[in-house]
Amino acid sequence: MFSILRSIWLTFLHTFHKRFTVQYPEKKPQLPARYRGRIVLTRDPDGQERCVACNLCAAACPTDCISLQAAEDESGRRYPEFFRINFSRCIFCGYCEDACPTYAIQLTPDFELAEYDRQNLVYEKEHLLIDGPGKYHDYSFYKVAGYAIGGKGKGEAEHEDPPIDIHDLKP
Amino acid sequence: MNETLFYLILIVGVLVVMLSIAALLIWYERRMLALWQDRYGPNRVGPFGLVQVLADMVKIFFKEDWIAPFSDKWVFIIAPTFVVIAVLMGFAVVPFAPGLVVADLNIGLLFFLAMSSLGAYSIFLGGLSSNNKYSLIGALRGAAQVISYEVFMGLSLMGVVIMSESFSLVKIVEAQKTIWFVIPQFIGFVIFVIAGFAESHRAPFDLPEAESELIAGFHSEYSGMKFGMFFVGEYLGITLISAMIATLFFGGWLGPSFLPPVVWFFLKTGVFITFFVLVRAALPRPRYDQLMALGWKVLLPLSLLNVLVTGALKLYFAG
Repeated sequence: MFSILRSIWLTFLHTFHKRFTVQYPEKKPQLPARYRGRIVLTRDPDGQERCVACNLCAAACPTDCISLQAAEDESGRRYPEFFRINFSRCIFCGYCEDACPTYAIQLTPDFELAEYDRQNLVYEKEHLLIDGPGKYHDYSFYKVAGYAIGGKGKGEAEHEDPPIDIHDLKP
Repeated sequence: MNETLFYLILIVGVLVVMLSIAALLIWYERRMLALWQDRYGPNRVGPFGLVQVLADMVKIFFKEDWIAPFSDKWVFIIAPTFVVIAVLMGFAVVPFAPGLVVADLNIGLLFFLAMSSLGAYSIFLGGLSSNNKYSLIGALRGAAQVISYEVFMGLSLMGVVIMSESFSLVKIVEAQKTIWFVIPQFIGFVIFVIAGFAESHRAPFDLPEAESELIAGFHSEYSGMKFGMFFVGEYLGITLISAMIATLFFGGWLGPSFLPPVVWFFLKTGVFITFFVLVRAALPRPRYDQLMALGWKVLLPLSLLNVLVTGALKLYFAG
């Protein structure tokens, strides 16, 4: 009996509480920086594409919404010839970001993706690619990888020693 | 003014006002529930979301009006009208202000009790004709609930009748000029409020429809405006019970004279409507046997005791 009256009173006190609703279109919600929204492709600090078209994101994607075709330029850098994400199938799980070895594919806090035409949700590389490095400002895959490309030979990457001659006995 | 014309205008006025209050209550309940759950509720359509009422009505009129092929067709169709008609009839005896009452019957209180229990036929016939086991269970619950709560709903008002020495609602209001009956008849008031909740099938006594157990109970099979009738009937029931609480225990139209009597009446009614919504926001639904036990083992003896004590005191001070 007392608890009934008490719960009515406590509910009544909610009249003076602050309302939690965010009035969305007028007021945007404050999203955390690592919110999983629209997917972007980033560039390294030199302004070149980070994506090396390894297909790991496409393999990790549970809804198979990523498709890409690998290609190689004259300096030996791999890049995607096309890169397509179908956002009408994407579930924003972030597995592609986890799988990416070069921090190229990243999820952003932008969630306003609504379109009137379903076909407009298929984003091509020109829609996905942004000019900046995204969340990782200084990371450049080819600068730390042992892979030789034009302008950078074996052993010239950061924290890397020149290759040793394996036929030589000298230490 | 011609008396017939006056009453015709009054009847139409009461109908219009009550139906629009019932419609407005849809919006009001959603906003108040939202307030107590720290949300906003409908606030987009028009100022404060008021036009939401219109949008809801347009929506419900355009819904498919499905008649279950396995149902008892004619009963199924007329069942929702009972509750609306019965409750609207109940408003005939409610005095809104001095002179502003459709029919000042000398048995007004009994008329109100009769009309409010007639509303149960709507639930019973609706659930029975739906030919659906959940609806049937809901209908059974509704019938049992109304039968058991009707008893002491009437008994709880006998204290008021004893004190005012009349069944006429106008006389009852006038008898409260010195003191509102809520103070000498506090037990009667509490019992009447509880019985009123059960009578209008509102949470926490909404066992006939109990969404979580019976889908929607007696109106599972109803759609479109037929469902809307049940809905309007429920809100009209809330308004009627609130109006009766205000009339019987809180002095009806009586109040300080800086506001006209009609305003006092609707203010008091509004407070109790808000209380109905508040209780819905706060309390869970009891189990069915708990409801029955509360009715027969606690409230019935208590209301009998109330009648006994009130009558004894009345006789003692009169004699």
